Amino acid sequence: MGQPKIDTSPKVSDEIRKTTCYMCACRCGINVHLTSGKVSYIEGNRDHPVNKGVLCAKGASGIMQVTAPSRLQTPLRRVGPRGSGAFEPISWDAALDLAVSWMKPLRETAPEKLAFFTGRDQSQSLTGWWAQAFGTPNYAAHGGFCSVNMAAAGIYTIGGAFWEFGQPDWKHTNLFVLFGVAEDHDSNPIKIGIGKLKARGGKVIGINPIRTGYNAVADDWYGITPGTDGLLVLSLIHCLMEAGKIDLDYLSRWTNAPLLVNGAEGPEKGLILKNAESQPFVIDRRTGMPAPWDGQGVQPDLGAVWQGHRTVFQHMAERYLSDEYRPEAVADRCGIPAARIRGLAAELARAAFDQAFTLPITWTDFRGDTHDQMQGRPVSFHAMRGISAHSNGFQTARALHLLQIVLGAVEVPGGYRLKPPYPKPVEAHPTPHFVTAPGKPLSGPHLGYVRGPENLALKEDGTPWRIDKAFTWENPFSAHGMMHMVIPNAHAGDPYRIDTLFLYMANMAWNSSMNTTKVMEMLTDKGPDGEYIIPRIIYSDAYASEMVAYADLILPDTTYLERHDCISLLDRPISEPDAAGDSIRWPVVEADRDVRGFQSVLLDLGARLGLPGMVNPDGSAKFKDYADYIVNHQRRPGVGPLIGWRGDGTKTGRGEPNPDQLARYIENGGFHQAHVPEEASYMKPWNAAYQEWAVATSFFETPQPYLFNIWSEPMRRFQLAAEGQGFIQPPDHLRERLKVAMDPLPVWYPAYGEDGAEEYPVHALTQRPMDMYHSWGSQNAWLRQIRGKNFLYLPTKIWTAAGFVDGDYARVSSPHGEITVPVAHMAALNADTVWTWNAIGKRKGAWALDEGAPEAKEGFLLNHLISELLPARGDGRRWSNSDPVTGQAAWFDLRVRIERVGPQEKAQPQFDTLPRVVPKGEGR
Amino acid sequence: MTCLPAKTDKKLGLVIDLDTCVGCQACVTACKGWNDQGYGAALSDQDPYGADPSGTFLNRVHSYQVTPHDGGTAKIVNFPRSCLHCEDAPCVTVCPTGASYKRTEDGIVLVNEDACIGCGLCAWACPYGAREMDDEAQVMKKCTLCVDRIYNENLPEEDREPACVRTCPTGARHFGDFADPDSTVSKLTRDRGGVPLMPQLGTKPVNRYLPPRPKDRPEEASLLAPLLDIKAQGFAGWLDRMLGKLE
Repeated sequence: MGQPKIDTSPKVSDEIRKTTCYMCACRCGINVHLTSGKVSYIEGNRDHPVNKGVLCAKGASGIMQVTAPSRLQTPLRRVGPRGSGAFEPISWDAALDLAVSWMKPLRETAPEKLAFFTGRDQSQSLTGWWAQAFGTPNYAAHGGFCSVNMAAAGIYTIGGAFWEFGQPDWKHTNLFVLFGVAEDHDSNPIKIGIGKLKARGGKVIGINPIRTGYNAVADDWYGITPGTDGLLVLSLIHCLMEAGKIDLDYLSRWTNAPLLVNGAEGPEKGLILKNAESQPFVIDRRTGMPAPWDGQGVQPDLGAVWQGHRTVFQHMAERYLSDEYRPEAVADRCGIPAARIRGLAAELARAAFDQAFTLPITWTDFRGDTHDQMQGRPVSFHAMRGISAHSNGFQTARALHLLQIVLGAVEVPGGYRLKPPYPKPVEAHPTPHFVTAPGKPLSGPHLGYVRGPENLALKEDGTPWRIDKAFTWENPFSAHGMMHMVIPNAHAGDPYRIDTLFLYMANMAWNSSMNTTKVMEMLTDKGPDGEYIIPRIIYSDAYASEMVAYADLILPDTTYLERHDCISLLDRPISEPDAAGDSIRWPVVEADRDVRGFQSVLLDLGARLGLPGMVNPDGSAKFKDYADYIVNHQRRPGVGPLIGWRGDGTKTGRGEPNPDQLARYIENGGFHQAHVPEEASYMKPWNAAYQEWAVATSFFETPQPYLFNIWSEPMRRFQLAAEGQGFIQPPDHLRERLKVAMDPLPVWYPAYGEDGAEEYPVHALTQRPMDMYHSWGSQNAWLRQIRGKNFLYLPTKIWTAAGFVDGDYARVSSPHGEITVPVAHMAALNADTVWTWNAIGKRKGAWALDEGAPEAKEGFLLNHLISELLPARGDGRRWSNSDPVTGQAAWFDLRVRIERVGPQEKAQPQFDTLPRVVPKGEGR
Repeated sequence: MTCLPAKTDKKLGLVIDLDTCVGCQACVTACKGWNDQGYGAALSDQDPYGADPSGTFLNRVHSYQVTPHDGGTAKIVNFPRSCLHCEDAPCVTVCPTGASYKRTEDGIVLVNEDACIGCGLCAWACPYGAREMDDEAQVMKKCTLCVDRIYNENLPEEDREPACVRTCPTGARHFGDFADPDSTVSKLTRDRGGVPLMPQLGTKPVNRYLPPRPKDRPEEASLLAPLLDIKAQGFAGWLDRMLGKLE
C-alpha cells in the first residue's frame, strides 16, 4: 500500500502580529498568528531581546487566556450586600460617573482617603503619576509583598538589583550560583542562559531548600534551611577573606571599602568621614595623605587608619573574620555541613581568581584614568524571593551583593551585569513624597529611597502619612510601599480611616493577602453605624478573580492581546546589559465585550476629575486613550514613556513626541533597543563612556558615577537615631530592633518567625511553577490540565516519622491558623521544610471554574497560616510580619507543625461558593 | 497488519537533553498550540473548566525523583515524553487498517486519520504510551515531528523545525537526521552518550535522550588555606599580609 500524500506546506495563518506577552512578568516578544480574524497560534519572536524566539508554557497557552470564560464582560455595580455577588451591569459612563462622584469630594477635602494600589500591572509610571496628580499619599504597587528587599538592598548597595534588572554575563561566566530563585520572573532569559552555560561546560549551583526546576538541573545543590542564606553568605565571605581570596584592587577602586568611617563619639559616629568640602576622601597609598575619593591617579589605601578613623575595609575584616562566621559555627543552623561550605568558597575563589581573564576593551573611568583592558571574573549570582521574603531578607540580599563585590564580580566580564537604566545610585532616585493638601497634587513621586530619618513619611505628631505606614520607623526603606498592610490598617483605622479603596489587578481577597480569611471579613465588616468600615471599593481586573465579589464597582479590563501598553524605561523596561530596551502591546485583536483597557480608563477618570496633566486648559481630556498618552506624554521635556523613534523618527531617548511612534514600534516587532557602545559595556558605574551614553539616552541629566556601598550611610543614620543621636527620634520600643536591623555592614539575625520554633519546628514555603503565573493559570484550559492540583510536599524525615502514605492528608498548624491538605513525599528537599505550589488553590465559584474543580476542592493556600501581624507580645502593639528595614511581607518566615490525618475528601478550610459574575465555563 | 519500510532515507528524530530540561512544560503547550491547528484533527479538551479536565497532548513532561541507594543527595529528573518514531514500530504493524505508517522518506511515524477507525490497538501496542486517542474526533493522535512545519515552505527556513524544539527555552531539544553521522543530533548522541529509551523492547527508537551529567560530586579540589593563623597573628597581621599583596 502506498503512503498517503500529505500537504507538508500548509498555509500557517493569514497574518502575524507581533506584540508583547503578558502571561507573566517576563515580557517576551510574541508572534500572534491570526486566521479569519481570530488568534490561531502564538509563538516566540526570534528577534526579541528577551526571549529570542523561545516561549514558555504560559506564553504558548496565551490563546486560552484570550478566550477564557472567566473574562469579565461589562462594568458592574454592586446591588446586594458586599460579597454576595449581587451586581447589575451598568454602562461605562454610569460607572465612571459613579467613580468620580466618590473620588471628587475626597480630592477636594481629604485626598488621603483614596487609597490606590495596583497589583501585577506593568504601568506604574502611569499609575504613580495619576495618584500623584490626585494628591493621595496612598499609592503603591505590589512590590511590598513581593520584591522590595531585593530591589532596595540592591539599589542601596550596588545601584541595581537582581530580579530582571540585571543578569549574569552568560557569554563569559563559568560558574552560576542561584539563591532562592523563583522561576516566574526573567524566567526565559534565565532558562536560555542556563542552557548556554551548560552547553559550554559551565557549572550551575543551586542554593535552595527545594530541588525543582533550575535546582533540578543544578550540578550541585545545597538544600539550605530557609532564612539562613545570609548566614551562609557571610560564612563564605569569612572563608574568602581568611584565605585572602578577595579582589583588593576592585575593592579599593570601585567600592567604599577605602573610605574612612568616623570613629569619634557623637552625632557623626559611624558615618563616612568627610573633608571640609563635605566630600568623602581616602588615604592615598602613594603619599599616606588624604586624597579625593574621585581624584585622578589616586591609589586608595584599604587598610588606612587616619586620626583614629578606620576604613570600611578594616570594619569588614574585623566583622567577617570573627569566629561567629566560621563554617563550623554556622553549619547546623544553615543545614549544610562545614566542609561543604568551605568547598563552595573554594569553588567561588577558583572561578573568580584561577579562571580570571581579561577583555581587550580600552576604557576610561570617572577619575580620568584610562585602562587598556577589563578584568573578567567568571562567577555570577542570581537571587530572588526565596532569600528576600524573610524578616532578615534585606540584610541577606545585601550580604549576597557583598559576596559578589569581594569577588570583584559585579559589572565585570563574566560576572553580574546590570541593565539600563541601571546602574543608578541611591542619590539619583527621588526621596518619598507624601505631604497631602486638599485639591493639590503631591509635590513628587510617592515611592523613593530614604537617605535618613528626615525623609520618613511621618507627621509632626509622629503618626504616619501613609495608610500602609511605609517609610516609618517600623520599616524605613519601604521603597515599594506595603500593599499587604492596606486592608488591615484601613480596617483597624490605624493610622486613620479611608473612604475609597481602588485596586487594580490585585487578588487581595485570596492569594495576594496574608491572612486571607480575616481579610475577607475586613472587606465586609460594618461599623456600629451599619456602614462598611472600608466604605467603598473599586476594582479593575480582566477576569473573575476572588476579589471581584468584594468590590462595589467593577471596571472590566481587556486581555493582553486587546490593549495598548508600554513597557517603559520610566518603569520596568526590557533592557539587556548591552542595550536599553522598551516595548509595547497593541490590540492585535479587538475586544468582543464591553471592556476597556484599565490605563485608558484611568486617564478618562483623571480627565473627569480635572487632574493636572490630564486635562487641557479648556477642561477637555488631554489624552484620547492610553495609546495617545504613550506617544504624547512628556515626563520631562523630550522624555516620554518610549525612547524609540522620537522626534522626526530618528531620535532615541530624547526628542519631541512623534505621532508615528507606535506604528514604528509595530513595524519593528513591538520593541526598540538602544545599544550600549562596546567600551561602555562593562564597569558601567565608573565608566565615563557609559555615563555619557546614559545621559544621552535620557536616564540621567548629568553623569552619576558612584562607589558601591559596602558601608551604608543611610542605614547608619537610622542606627544613630536609635542610639539617641539627632532630633528625629524613633519610639523607644523600636530602638533595639533598629540597632540590629539597620546595621550599616551586612549582618545576619534570625528571622522573626524563629520565635515560634519550639512549638512549630517545620519551615513552610511556597513557590510558583514555571507553567503558572499567580492565580491566572487555573482559568487556562491547557495549563490547569498540567497542574490542577497542589500537594504539600513533605521531606523524608517527616514523611516516615509520622507514617504518611500516598493519599494522606495532613493537618498543618501555625501560630496563626490551621489547614488540612493533601500531601506527597519529596526527598530532594531540606529535611525541616515543607512546601507547595503557590496560588493553585481557588475559591469555589471563582475564575469560571466548576465548584468541583480540583483547584477548589483539594487545592489550598498557605496564606491562611500567615498573618500580616506577628503573634501578640502582650505589649499592646501590632507588630508587622515584615522585614524591619523595608516592610517586605515575610511570607517565608512561616513555621508550622504537621500531623497526619489520613485520607480526606477535600482540603480545609472551605468557603461558601462565590456567587458567579460570569457563567461557569463549558467547552473551549 | 501494516508493514514497515525496510529502510528509510532519513531517520528524523529528536535528541532530548535530560541534563538541561528544567521541566518547564514549554514544549508541552507549544506542541498543543501548533497541533491544535495543524496536521489532522484538532486536539480537543474535555471538561476544560470542570472537575476533571482532560485533553489530548502529544507531548507531556513528567518529573521523577531519584534517590541514590548510597544515601546520596536526591535528584529530580524531568522527562519529556512523546513518540520516539521507532524503526521497528509495533504501533504500525498492529494497525488493522494501514492508518498507522512509517514514512519511507524520513521515518516519521504518522497516522492517516482518514483511515483510522479509532480502535486504539496502536496505543496498546506502544510500550511508551506515546499515542493518545482524541475523545472528540475519535482518531488516534501522536507526535508528527511537526511534519507540517519541517518542510513547510510558508515558514521561514529557520522555523522549519518541530514546535517543541523551536520553543524550548533551555535548548534541551534538538531535531535532525540520525542517518547523517554529521548531523547535530548524531554528534550530540555520540559526544554525550545519548541513549534510546528501553532498547530491550526491541522497537529501535530513533529519538535519543542525553543522560544527566553526574551531579553533587564532592569538591575534589583543595580547600582554601588561610593566609596565616589569624588567632596567633591577630587581625593586624592578617591585614598586613593581605594588603602586602597589593604592591
